[in-house]
Amino acid sequence: MTYFILKRLFQSVFVMLAVALLAFSLFRFVGDPVSQMTGVETSVEDRERLREELGLNDAFVTQFVRFTGDLLQGDFGFSYRTRQPVAEMIADRIPATLELGTVALIISLIVGIPAGVYTALRPRGLATQALLLTTLVGVSIPTFVIGIMLIFLFGVQLGWLPTFGRGGTVQIGGWTSSLFTVDGWRSLLLPALTLGVYQLTLTMRLVRAEMMEVMRSDYIRFATARGIPYRRLHFRHALANTMIPVITIIGLQFGGVIAFSIVTESVFQWPGMGLLFLESIRFVDIPVMGVYLVVIAFFFVLVNLIVDLLYVAIDPRLRVKEAA
Amino acid sequence: MLARLWDSDGFWAFRHSPAAILAALVAILILGGALLAPWIARSNPYDLTTFSLIDGLLPPVWETGGNARFLLGTDDQGRDMVSAILYGARLSLLIGLMAMLIASVLGVGLGLAAGYFGGRFDAVVMRIADVQLALPAILTALLIDGIARGLLPPSMLENLRVVVLTLAIALSLWVNFARTARASTFVERNKEYVQAAMIMGQHPLRVMFWHVLPNILGPLLVIMTVDLASAILLEATLSFLGIGLPADSPSLGTLIRIGMQFLLSGEWWILWVPTLFLVALVVSINILGDFLRDVFNPRLR
Repeated sequence: MTYFILKRLFQSVFVMLAVALLAFSLFRFVGDPVSQMTGVETSVEDRERLREELGLNDAFVTQFVRFTGDLLQGDFGFSYRTRQPVAEMIADRIPATLELGTVALIISLIVGIPAGVYTALRPRGLATQALLLTTLVGVSIPTFVIGIMLIFLFGVQLGWLPTFGRGGTVQIGGWTSSLFTVDGWRSLLLPALTLGVYQLTLTMRLVRAEMMEVMRSDYIRFATARGIPYRRLHFRHALANTMIPVITIIGLQFGGVIAFSIVTESVFQWPGMGLLFLESIRFVDIPVMGVYLVVIAFFFVLVNLIVDLLYVAIDPRLRVKEAA
Repeated sequence: MLARLWDSDGFWAFRHSPAAILAALVAILILGGALLAPWIARSNPYDLTTFSLIDGLLPPVWETGGNARFLLGTDDQGRDMVSAILYGARLSLLIGLMAMLIASVLGVGLGLAAGYFGGRFDAVVMRIADVQLALPAILTALLIDGIARGLLPPSMLENLRVVVLTLAIALSLWVNFARTARASTFVERNKEYVQAAMIMGQHPLRVMFWHVLPNILGPLLVIMTVDLASAILLEATLSFLGIGLPADSPSLGTLIRIGMQFLLSGEWWILWVPTLFLVALVVSINILGDFLRDVFNPRLR
């Protein structure tokens, strides 16, 4: 068990180092940091001096070690565009994206898992066919189109919900939250739905596939033959055994939620990390791009680590294997 | 090969699946319209002389004030919407197809080699694939696009927009091909015909592409269809975000981006015509992909 955790931790550190290397290479080789910091009137000598001061003439490895050290101490450098510390810019935007992503994920699980179970148990039902067709269309409709449709319906035609921004926010410590005001929730609803719908279709399809797989297995047939009530059979015997893939989905979906939040945030002008990343690409603001990558990778690694630990907690077989 | 496909179970299933036939018809219609755009479109969106501001903001023909010359209305510049979506689809399909083809050549090549040789090469390719799979395609494409912006001088970048976009999409989609090709190659390489070819001393490249590849085409065809849809969606999304193609060479995504400005002002057709067109295209390709998946993997039916 300890060995397993240590091994996973080691892998996580390795992934983070790889991402840091990527971010560093971006910073170092895409565009010239010195020409970004100086103007046209800066003399060649001054540029050389700045280059020396920044340590850009040192060996690549030395520079990378220094870069990683700075990252670990929370020094993320300065944006080329706004000249602000990148750490502050990102920290400002994290709450918006995390709240949006979490609510979207919850929507996708609360609707997706029951729908997946239902369509697996009644594969020939009319509702199943309708749901499957809807999800096929749902997967094919790009996130931004779903967003536009929701804006058009609820924002323009019906005029019920706001279509941009976060609405009323509350400051708790350093965390700007929109979860504590009615206005904030109203603003959150459309973006979260947009982000959740795509994930929902994935959840439903995967739960359905897993459930059908399990329902075919011998132990379920045996349990059916033994006359175990269907409710107990479906939810205790079958659904429990689909939990491992479902947890994997959550881990994987987190990545999707973060990535598609770029699109959703752009449609709804939601002031999160995704919008910041888009702006940084448009203005080739390399430090922000690099740090965004590192921060996202950190969340990825964290979520995957938790998922792996949950496997061990849920699946007794993994524990046995460790003991053997 | 083609004759065998014609008589196969797959074609029988196709003839008996109304959804697949309908999807194929829609896809072929759109593809045909895109290919023939220069001949059937009444105005060329790239050519300022073929449209005029006087015709601006006309609604579709069935609305009051509609003009029979412009079946689906015009945008604020007086561009015919029908012509705009045909030319837009032309660009979207070109980028989507090219990106899918590049991704498939790259992915299948790497996957075949990884499955065939195994060992260290396999480990390296698959680790890269794993890392990239953890990042959603759109993030990878955005990143590659951002790097290209930083590396290329602005003047060059303008001319290379389509190439950069195609490569960014291709490089974010190769993983699917590589994984599928590798998994199928693993199965095939232990079969007798491959073993025999290897013992006969045939060149590994010949064994891979001549013997193994034809036998793993089925699952690859499914991925090609699904990834074509993904590539078109990616292009549309990037263009919509304003990262992809500029407004003067409008793909479907760019057209939707332009249409968004009219979301609140009542000229709904400028937004919804390209949007519905894009959705119809992608849905029909996905239905075909789903159909192919069922054909090649009957257990799922």
